[in-house]
Amino acid sequence: MGSIFNTQQIINGLQLGSIYALIALGYTMVYGIVRLINFAHGDFFMVGAYASYGAFYIFNSFLGKGTPLAIVVLVFAMVAGGAIATLANQFAYKPLRYKPKLSSLVTALGVSMFLEYFFSAFPLIGASPLGFPEIIHRASFKIGPAMIDNYVIIDIVVAAILMIGLTLLVQRSAIGRAMRAVSQDKDASKLMGINVENIITWTFLIGGAFAGAAGLLSGMTYPRIDPYMGILPGLKAFIAAVLGGIGNIPGAMLGAYIMGIAETFANAWNSLLGAGIAFIILIIVLLVRPTGILGEKTADKI
Amino acid sequence: MKPFALFAVLSLVLAGAFFSCGGGSKYVTVGAVGPVTGPAATFGISTKNGDTLAVDEWNAKGGVLGKQIKMVFADDKGDPAEGATVYTKLIQQNKVSAIVGTVMSNVSLAGAPICQAAKIPMVATASTNPKVTEVGDYIFRACFIDPFQGTVGADFAYNNLKARKAACIYDLGNDYTKGLAEFFKAEFTKLGGKIVADEGHDHGVTDFKAQLTRIVQAKPDIIYNPDYYNDVALIAKQARELGFKGPLMGGDGWDSPDLVKIGGSAVEGCYFTNHYSKDDTRPVVQDFIKRYQAKFNEVPDALAVLAYDAMNLTLNAIKTAGSTKGPAIRDALAASDYNGVTGEIKFDANRNPIKSAVIIEIKNGQQQFVTTIAPAP
Amino acid sequence: MGKLKLPQLTLVAALLYVLIKVLSLDSVGALNGYFMIIINRSLIFVILTVSLNLINGITGQFSLGHMGFAAVGAYVSGTITTLVLKLSPDVVSNYPIFIGAIILGGIGAAVAGLVIGFPSLRLKGDYLAIMTLGFGEVIRIILNNIDYVGGPRGLLGIPKFSTFTIIYVFTFFTIVLIRNLIQSSHGRAMLAVRENEVAAELVGVDTTRYKVLGFVVGAFFAGIGGGLLAHLLQIATPTQYGFYASALLLVYVYAGGMGSITGSIIAAFGLTFLSQFLQLGFDSLSSITGINFGSEWTMVIYALLLILIMLYKTEGLMGMKEAKLLVIEEGTK
Repeated sequence: MGSIFNTQQIINGLQLGSIYALIALGYTMVYGIVRLINFAHGDFFMVGAYASYGAFYIFNSFLGKGTPLAIVVLVFAMVAGGAIATLANQFAYKPLRYKPKLSSLVTALGVSMFLEYFFSAFPLIGASPLGFPEIIHRASFKIGPAMIDNYVIIDIVVAAILMIGLTLLVQRSAIGRAMRAVSQDKDASKLMGINVENIITWTFLIGGAFAGAAGLLSGMTYPRIDPYMGILPGLKAFIAAVLGGIGNIPGAMLGAYIMGIAETFANAWNSLLGAGIAFIILIIVLLVRPTGILGEKTADKI
Repeated sequence: MKPFALFAVLSLVLAGAFFSCGGGSKYVTVGAVGPVTGPAATFGISTKNGDTLAVDEWNAKGGVLGKQIKMVFADDKGDPAEGATVYTKLIQQNKVSAIVGTVMSNVSLAGAPICQAAKIPMVATASTNPKVTEVGDYIFRACFIDPFQGTVGADFAYNNLKARKAACIYDLGNDYTKGLAEFFKAEFTKLGGKIVADEGHDHGVTDFKAQLTRIVQAKPDIIYNPDYYNDVALIAKQARELGFKGPLMGGDGWDSPDLVKIGGSAVEGCYFTNHYSKDDTRPVVQDFIKRYQAKFNEVPDALAVLAYDAMNLTLNAIKTAGSTKGPAIRDALAASDYNGVTGEIKFDANRNPIKSAVIIEIKNGQQQFVTTIAPAP
Repeated sequence: MGKLKLPQLTLVAALLYVLIKVLSLDSVGALNGYFMIIINRSLIFVILTVSLNLINGITGQFSLGHMGFAAVGAYVSGTITTLVLKLSPDVVSNYPIFIGAIILGGIGAAVAGLVIGFPSLRLKGDYLAIMTLGFGEVIRIILNNIDYVGGPRGLLGIPKFSTFTIIYVFTFFTIVLIRNLIQSSHGRAMLAVRENEVAAELVGVDTTRYKVLGFVVGAFFAGIGGGLLAHLLQIATPTQYGFYASALLLVYVYAGGMGSITGSIIAAFGLTFLSQFLQLGFDSLSSITGINFGSEWTMVIYALLLILIMLYKTEGLMGMKEAKLLVIEEGTK
C-alpha cells in the first residue's frame, strides 16, 4: 500500500495549500475589516481564472508562451480580481454597510449567484468547462522520491511572494497601519482621521487581486475552468481562514497550508474522508476553539 | 393584504390560462433529453444534433402517421434532479408520446421511474449502466451496457496491451463510472490480472494528485479511468506529472474533442471503448457522416450517432404501432428489429440491444479505430 | 385573552383551496398539470421558508444549513415509502403510510435539529452561521456516501404521493402552528432572545431552551417540507439539499421579511413563480430569436433582483409586519 505520509503527498499538499492561501487571505482581510463573510470571494477567484484565459489569447500572439506572457497574464488576473471585488464592494456592500449584517450576507450570496450564472449564461464562455491553455511549458523532474514539475514551484513561489508582499504592506506601510487600525476599531480610526471607506476599498481590492492570482494559478495547475469552479475552493479557503483565525492574516496562511496538506492526506487515505475533511475540520474548530489557531479571544461586549 | 390576495389569485388564473394552451394534435410530439450544459456538454450538443437530424429527415419525408413531428428538446444539465424535473415537464406540459434520452446513466435513472409510472416509453440514447432498463418495461436503450463494455476493456488491456497489473480511478459520485470500473475489475482479475490500486475521487474536484500518487507508487501497467472526458483529461495530465508513462484506458465517456483539447499530449497513446468509429468503412456509417457533416459542419461522435439511431428507432416504432399511445409504442419498440448506423438494434429480455463495441486509440491527437469486438454469442 | 382568528383563517384557506381545485379541473382547464406542480412547489417552499424564518427571523439564530434538515426529512420519508412499496406493492391505502412517513421524516429532522442545536449554542452570529453551514454540508456528504439510499445518484423512484390536497393541508397546519407558537409566550421568549440575548437571560428567559426549541421546531417543519418535496419530484439527491439550496432558502426568508409569516408566504409563491415565468419567457425568446437562452439567464435576473431587493428594501417585502388575518388580536381586558 505504501505510506501515505510521504514526500510526494506533502508536496502535493503544499501546492494545493498555496492556492488556498491566496484565496483565504482575501476572506480574512475583508472579515477583519468589515466583519463580512464575503461569499462571493470564491467567484472573484473564478473571474481571475477566466480573465487569465482571455488575457492569454489576447497577448499570446504578441509574446508567445513563456515567462513574460505569464507575468502579463498574472497582472491581468489580479487586476480583474481586484476590479470585480471593488465593484462588488462599491455597489452591493457599501450601501448596506451600516444596516444589519445579515442583509450584507444575503447580498453577498446574491453577488455570488450573479457572477456564476452570468458567466455560465454566455454562449461563448458558456456553462461547459473550458480547457486552460499552457502558458509556460511544463517540465517534470525527480527530486528524491518525488516527482515535481515546474508548476509546483511556480505555485508555491508566486503565492509566497504575494504573501510576503502583503505582510510587508500590512506591517510597514501607512496603508497597512491604517488597515490594522480599522480592523481593530473602526470608530476610533475615523476619529484619528483615517478615511475608513477608502481603506475598506483598498482591502477589497487587494483581497480580490489575490483571489484573481489564485484563479490563474489554479487554471494553470488544473487546466480546466468553469463558472462554478470557485464554490468548493472558496468554501475550503474560507474554512482555512477560520482554522487559522478569521481576521488574522498569518492565520489564514497557516490555515490554508494545513488545509491543503490535510486534504491531500485524507484523499490519499480514503476519498470519502477527503470530501468531508474540510467540513470536519470546520466543526472541530468551531467546537474546540472557534477563534482559530492564531485568533485572539475577544470578549463579548455587553 | 386583501388587495394582495386578490392580485395573487387573479394572476394565478391568468397565468393558468396562459399555460394551458398545450400542443394541438397537429403534430406528433416527441421529447428528447440531453446534457447540453454541465460536465458533459459536448455529449448533449451531439445528442441534440443527432436527434434533430433524424427528425428533420423524417419530416422531409412527410413525418409520421401523416403528421409532422415536433421534437421538444430539454437540457438535463447532467444533473439527476434537473433531469427529473425535465422529464416531468415533457410528459405533463408538452404531452410527448415518447422520450428519447438521455446520455448520462445517473440522469436516466432519475427519469426512468417517471416515464415508467406515466407509461411513456423512454429510449435512453447512451446510458450504459444496466440499472436503467431494470426500472421497468417502458424503458429501453439504444446502446450496449457496461458489463459488456467493462469486459471488452479488460480483455483488450490483458490480451492486446499485455497488461498484467491495473489500477482504477473513477468518480465516486456516479453510477456509470463506478459500475464500469467494477465490471472491468471483475473481468481483469478473471483473466489473471491483478488490480494493484483502486481509487475513487469526489465528484467535481480538480486535484487528483493524492490518489494518483498512490496509484503511481503501486506501479501499474495500465490505469483504467472510466470517467467523463473532462475529468479524464485532468487525471491523465496529473498522472503524467507524477511520472506515469503507461497507457490509460476508459469507456465511452471519453468520446469528445475536448478530451484532446484539454488533455493534450497526456492522452496520447491511450485507448477507450466506444459505440462507433468514424473510420468504420460500412456505407451506412460513411453516408451518415456525410449527411451529419453537411448539416452541422463537424464529424459526428458516438453520442450523435446513438441519438440518431434512438430517435429513428422510436419514430419507427410509432409508425409500426400506428398510434401515439404509450402502450402501443412500447410494444412496437419491444418487437423492433432495426438496422441503425451503430448496428442492429434488437432488444433482449431486459430491453437492451446486443451490439458490438469498438476500441479507439488516441494517435497524433486524433481518434483512430483499432478493432471491433462483438459480444459473445 | 386574544381571539385566535382560527375560524376566519380556516375559511379563507378553504375558499382558496376550492378555487384552485376548480380551476385545475380538466373541464375548466385553467390550471394544467405542470402549473399545479409549480403551485405545489410554492406551497412546499412556504413550509420551508416559514420554518427557516422561525430560526432566523424569530429566534435570531443565523442558520445556513437549513436544507440539511429538509434532506433528512426527504430521505427518511422517501426510504420508508419506497421500502413499503417494494414489500407490498398492492397496498390499498397508501396515504396513511405516506402521511406517517412524512411525519417520521419531520421527527428525524427534529432530532437532527437537536443534535445541531446544542453545540451551536456556544456560538453567536457569524460563527453560528459557519457552524450550521458545516453541518449542512456534513449531512450532504454523509448522504452522498450511503449506498443504500442511492449515494450521489440519490433516492429514486419515490412514489408520487404528494397531492395538492395533502401539501395544502400540511402547509396550512405549518402556518397555523408556527403562527401560534410565535404569538404565544414561548414565541415572545424567542423574540427576546433575538433582540438581546444578554438582557433576556437577565430577566429570566431560559435562552438555551428557546434557542434549541427554535432549531428543533424549525427543523421538524423543514423535514416535513423535504418529505413532501421528495414525493413530488420523485427524487431526492444530496446536491438538492446542499449549501446552495440553503442559501436560496435564506434568500426567500429575507425577500419576504425576517420574522413575517405573511412575507414568507408571498416570497415563496412570488419567487417560485417568478423563476418559472422568467424561464418560460426565455424559452419563448429562444424559439422566436433562435438564440438559445438557457435557464442560466433566469438565474442571472433572479440574482440581480435579489441584490436590488436587499439594496432598496433591506427588511424584505413585508419587513416585520404581519397580515391582519395572521395576527392574534389582543382582546380588551
